[in-house]
Amino acid sequence: MKGNFGYFFREGSRNMFSHGFMSFAAIGITVACLLIMGTFSLVAYNADYNLKNLQKENAILAFIDETLSDEDAQALQSKVEAVPNVADATFVSRQEARDSYVAQYDEDDLYQDLDPSIFRHRFVIHLRDEGQLSETVEALRQVDGIAKVRADEAISAGFITARNVAGVISVTLIVILLIVSVFIISNTIKLTTFDRRDEIAIMKMVGATNGFIRWPFVFEGLLIGVFGAVIGFGLQWLLYNAIANGIAGSDTLQLLRVVSFAKIWWPVAGVFLLAGVLVGVGGSLMAIRKFLQV
Amino acid sequence: MIRLIDVKKVYDNGTEALKGISFTIEDGDFVFLVGPSGSGKSTIIKLLTGEIVPTAGRVMVNGFSMGRISDKQIPYMRRTIGVIFQDFRLITNKTVWENLSLAMRAVGAGPREIKNRIPYVLELVGLKGKEGSFPDQLSGGEQQRVAIARALVNNPSTIVADEPTGNLDPARSLEIMTLLERINALGTTVVVVTHEKGLVNHFDKRVITINDGMVAGDGMGQYEVVK
Ligand SMILES: Nc1ncnc2c1ncn2[C@@H]1O[C@H](COP(=O)(O)OP(=O)(O)OP(=O)(O)O)[C@@H](O)[C@H]1O
Ligand SMILES: [Mg+2]
Repeated sequence: MKGNFGYFFREGSRNMFSHGFMSFAAIGITVACLLIMGTFSLVAYNADYNLKNLQKENAILAFIDETLSDEDAQALQSKVEAVPNVADATFVSRQEARDSYVAQYDEDDLYQDLDPSIFRHRFVIHLRDEGQLSETVEALRQVDGIAKVRADEAISAGFITARNVAGVISVTLIVILLIVSVFIISNTIKLTTFDRRDEIAIMKMVGATNGFIRWPFVFEGLLIGVFGAVIGFGLQWLLYNAIANGIAGSDTLQLLRVVSFAKIWWPVAGVFLLAGVLVGVGGSLMAIRKFLQV
Repeated sequence: MIRLIDVKKVYDNGTEALKGISFTIEDGDFVFLVGPSGSGKSTIIKLLTGEIVPTAGRVMVNGFSMGRISDKQIPYMRRTIGVIFQDFRLITNKTVWENLSLAMRAVGAGPREIKNRIPYVLELVGLKGKEGSFPDQLSGGEQQRVAIARALVNNPSTIVADEPTGNLDPARSLEIMTLLERINALGTTVVVVTHEKGLVNHFDKRVITINDGMVAGDGMGQYEVVK
């Protein structure tokens, strides 16, 4: 194998270029499959990322009944913490709430004279599972002394749906598209084996081992897969940045945070390359499985 | 050494091609295999190259037992024999040189070995200077010489040829047969299937006659006419 590596590689690329159009089509399909797969996976990834941020920042606020005394209000802590799915609850007094509100708008004198009495004591609550947001909100409402609960339910639910849908679609697509790619590559290579059947027959006649005959076709598949992965990765990068810029430039979508591609290019490239190699080698093995039996 | 012991071959469709063939060919022998059409000559050649396996009996080729050989062993058995066909079986879009280097490459020869060996073999078959030609730029006789060169290029101990002169005129045929005789003189065992009585009679060699799947004659010199 060692000494023949160059030979197998040359033969493999010769095979690929001898069927320019089919190889081009196989690479194209591989690129398309990787791109679709990659896009859905990245959507799922970003939805999950936004959801996590939301969980971190957009805590639920549970406002406390104004009629309760300060001590009674603070005493609600254990009851709130006992509600299922509550990860932590922090008591914030009306004075603290006012101060942090004013601090947010510190350039604006307008808020400097705000009276703390218009704020309420509250608990800032984080959840264990954002997926059960509505159930938890309902349970918090049932707690005696809690007057009002506020949560960005719609947004959260949106991200959860996006994540789950994109997740399911990407898994399904990964399976379907990988099969399609393997099939197309396999057919391309079958065409080469058909073209070179005389050569294969001669090689067998003079005593070439099956392994020796097989390698150039494995390399052909590998090359198609790797070309597909490299091109697919480049296009994914462009596409991702285009979408990210679109979101950043849009008024309504600005609250979405898109992970910068520079932060995730490495795993994306790895997955693309791995998928390309698997699809390419899988396709060639499928193509040559039969014809080597003679 | 080639040895067949009571070999029978029944094809999948029920045709009894060989009905009990026995003979031995020693290393360095030159043997003509003759007989009427359909008598089973090509079937014997295919048994020797491992293309088919015997239904019964034993086929021994250069130390390999063909009935029992494993798939992994077959390539190594094939390296001990060079095969020549009536229709040459050259790769038409490759030059003479490329046809030969393909055969060498296939068994793992390196570039230097190829560069040294091909000119020697081409000289031997009388095709010096034709390395850059494509098969369709050569005459039938020349094409068969390329095929012989390819059979020889990996230095097998045995050459088997199935009607190598079937597509050639009598003068070319005689040249090819003379070439095979020369190759035999250099130490290679040669087994030639042929129909051509005149050719066989021209050489004083061992003749094994096959008729209806059986050995009808085995002796030196003349093509026996089968009744
Ligand atoms: N693959 C096959 N399947 C079935 N029958 C076959 C097959 N190959 C050959 N035969 C039959 O076996 C018999 C012997 O055939 P074979 O090719 O060995 O004859 P041959 O002596 O080489 O004839 P020829 O001189 O015409 O080449 C014939 O009856 C032929 O029809
Ligand atoms: Mg025949």
